[in-house]
Amino acid sequence: MTTHDPYASSRETTEGRVYSVTGNDWDSLVTEIGATKEERVVVNMGPQHPSTHGVLRLILELEGETVTEARAGIGYLHTGIEKNAEYRTWTQGVTFVTRMDYLAPIFNETAYCLGVEKLLGVTHEIPERASVIRVLMMEFTRISSHMVALGTGALELGALTPMLFAFREREKVLDIMEMVSGLRMNMAYVRPGGVSQDIPEGGITKIRETVKLLRHNFKDNAKLLIGNSVWMKRTQGVGYLDLAGCITLGITGPILRATGLPWDLRKSEPYCGYENYEFDVITDDGCDTYGRFMIKMNELEQSLRIIEQCCDKLEKLEGAPVVIQDKKLGSPADLKVGPDGMGNSEEHIAHIMGQSMEALIHHFKLSTEGFRVPAGQVYSPVESPRGETGVHLISDGGSHPYRVHFREPSFNNLQSLAAMCEGSMIADVVAAVASIDPVMGGVDR
Amino acid sequence: MTEEHGLFGAKGTGDTSGYGGLVRKRFNENSAERPYGSYFDEITDELERALPLFDEDIEKVVVDRGELTLHVRADRLYYVAQALRDTPTLRFEVCLGVNGAHYPTDTDREMHCVYPLLSMTFNRRIRLEVSVPDANPHVPSLVELWAGNNWHERETFDMFGIIFDGHPGLTRILMPDDWIGHPQRKDYPLGGIPVEYKGATVPPPNERRSYR
Repeated sequence: MTTHDPYASSRETTEGRVYSVTGNDWDSLVTEIGATKEERVVVNMGPQHPSTHGVLRLILELEGETVTEARAGIGYLHTGIEKNAEYRTWTQGVTFVTRMDYLAPIFNETAYCLGVEKLLGVTHEIPERASVIRVLMMEFTRISSHMVALGTGALELGALTPMLFAFREREKVLDIMEMVSGLRMNMAYVRPGGVSQDIPEGGITKIRETVKLLRHNFKDNAKLLIGNSVWMKRTQGVGYLDLAGCITLGITGPILRATGLPWDLRKSEPYCGYENYEFDVITDDGCDTYGRFMIKMNELEQSLRIIEQCCDKLEKLEGAPVVIQDKKLGSPADLKVGPDGMGNSEEHIAHIMGQSMEALIHHFKLSTEGFRVPAGQVYSPVESPRGETGVHLISDGGSHPYRVHFREPSFNNLQSLAAMCEGSMIADVVAAVASIDPVMGGVDR
Repeated sequence: MTEEHGLFGAKGTGDTSGYGGLVRKRFNENSAERPYGSYFDEITDELERALPLFDEDIEKVVVDRGELTLHVRADRLYYVAQALRDTPTLRFEVCLGVNGAHYPTDTDREMHCVYPLLSMTFNRRIRLEVSVPDANPHVPSLVELWAGNNWHERETFDMFGIIFDGHPGLTRILMPDDWIGHPQRKDYPLGGIPVEYKGATVPPPNERRSYR
C-alpha cells in the first residue's frame, strides 16, 4: 500500500496477516495479497454486509475463488425475547413473539396462540371466523415474506428490477395488513382466543381487488426470471441439498420441498381449519436454488387461492364473533376500528364505566393480571414461509409463561450453509444464502 | 401436587369479581395409565420391543393434551433416540431440536432437556424429556444421530449451561463468547434500568409487581 488508509489497514496476528477491506480498496488488497505465497484466505463476510440478509456473519475459507469451508456466525441480533416473555402475561407475549421472524409476524403469533389455546384446552372453542381470518392473514404474510425473499434474492445476484416489482406487490399486501390490524408489521393481531379485531367494513371487497391485482402483477416477475438464462445459470445446481441432507439437518419448508418431498404441515397436520381449503403443495426436484425459487413463485398462486376461499367463508360468517366467547379468556375490550384506525368500542366503554361495576373489575383484572393457564407443556407447529415454526410452551399454572421456546426454521435451516456452499464458488454462496432465506430476527431471537 | 382455584390469581378474599369457580391442578405430570390412546400405545409397544431395558430407560410416560412425552434416563438417551430413529415401525427421522428448561425446585433434576421428534413416514410426533442435576448437567449429544441438533444443543448450552457430551464444538452461539452466566436459567439476575432522574432505577421485571 502506498498511502496509509485507516479503513483498509493490515496487521499481523498470531493466525497470520489480517486485512480490513471496506470496498474501495480492492486494488491495494490484491497487490498486497498477490505478493504473499499463501493461497488460502479466510474471508469474514458480514455481519454488516448488504448481501447477507441482515446481521449474518459468514466465515469463508477460500482457495482462490473456491470455498473450502463455510461457517455462519450468528447472535448479533439476539434480543432475549424468550426470556422477556416469561415476565409478561400470556396475552402480552404475542407482542414479543411477533418480532422474532419479522417478515412473517402472523406465523409467530399464530403458532404461539395455538400453543396457549392447546394449554388452555380451548382449541375447539375458537370461533370459525377467527380461524378463517388467521388463515387469511397467514397467507397474505406468506406472500409478503416470499416477496422479500424473491426480491432481495434477485437483487443480491445483480437483478434490480425483480426487487422493485416484489416490493411493489409487498406494499399492496402490507396495505391489507394495515387495514385489518392497524399495523403493517409486528401487529400483535392474533391473540390467545381469537384475533384482536374484526375485518373493517368493506374489507373483503378491498381484499378481493388486491388479490386480482396481485395475480396480475405476479406475472411481471415470472416473466423476468422464469426461464431467464442468466438467472438459471446463477441458480441451477447451486446450493445443492438433497433429501437425506435435509432430513438429518431437520430442514423444512421450501428447501425440503425442493427435494421433491411434499411435506407441508397445512396438509399433514392441519391447524386453523386448513383441511377445509383447496390448495396444492408445490414441489420441485432440483434440490437447488432454482427449485426453491420456483417453489416460492408457485406458492404465491396457492396463497391467493386460499385467500379467495377465505373471502367466501368470511362473507358467509358475516357478524360472527372473532374472539372466544369464554369471558374469562377473550379480550373484554371488544376492539373496533374507529375513524382514527383503531380503538375500543364505545358501547363497551359505556358499559364498564356507567353500568356494571363487575364488568369494570373483570376488564381490569383481565387487562392487568391476565388469565392463568393450567400447568403443562405443549408443542405447536405451523408451516411458516421458511418451514416449521414450532413453539414449545411450558406453564406452571401462572398468569405468565414459565418458558417460551421458538423452534425457528431460519435458525435451523441456516445450519445447511456449510453443506450447500463448501466446494462451490464464492459467488454461489450469496445465491445459496438467499435461497435459505434466513431472517436474522428469527435466527437470533 | 397443589391445587389452585380459578383462572385469576387472587387469594383469600381478594377475588371480588365472582370469577373463580374453576379448579385447576398444578404439575399434573404423573405417569399415564394404559391405554394411552391415539397412536401412543403402538409407539410404546414398538419401543418396548426395540429396547431390551425399556423399564429402566424410560422413567415415565406422560400423556397430556394429546401429546406423548417419554421421560428418558439421561445416560440412555442416545440409545433410546437411536431406536426411535432406526426402528422401521417407528421411524422418527426428524429431530426438531432441543429446548432446555430450568426447574430450581425439582431437586437433583433441575435441568430438563426436551426433544420434539417427528416421523414424516407415519406423520406422528412424540417428545423426549431428560432431566439432570444442576451440579452435574451432562446430557449425551444427539448430533451424531441428527446433524441438525448441532446449533440447538449449542443454544441450550449457551442459555442453560447444560453440557452435551460428544458435541463436536460446544461453544456459545447467541451470547458473546466471553459472556458470564447462562441467561435462561431462573437464577440468572435480571438487570434494572437506571433513569436519569435523581439516581432512580426502574427495577428489574421480576421485582416490579407480583405476577402470581
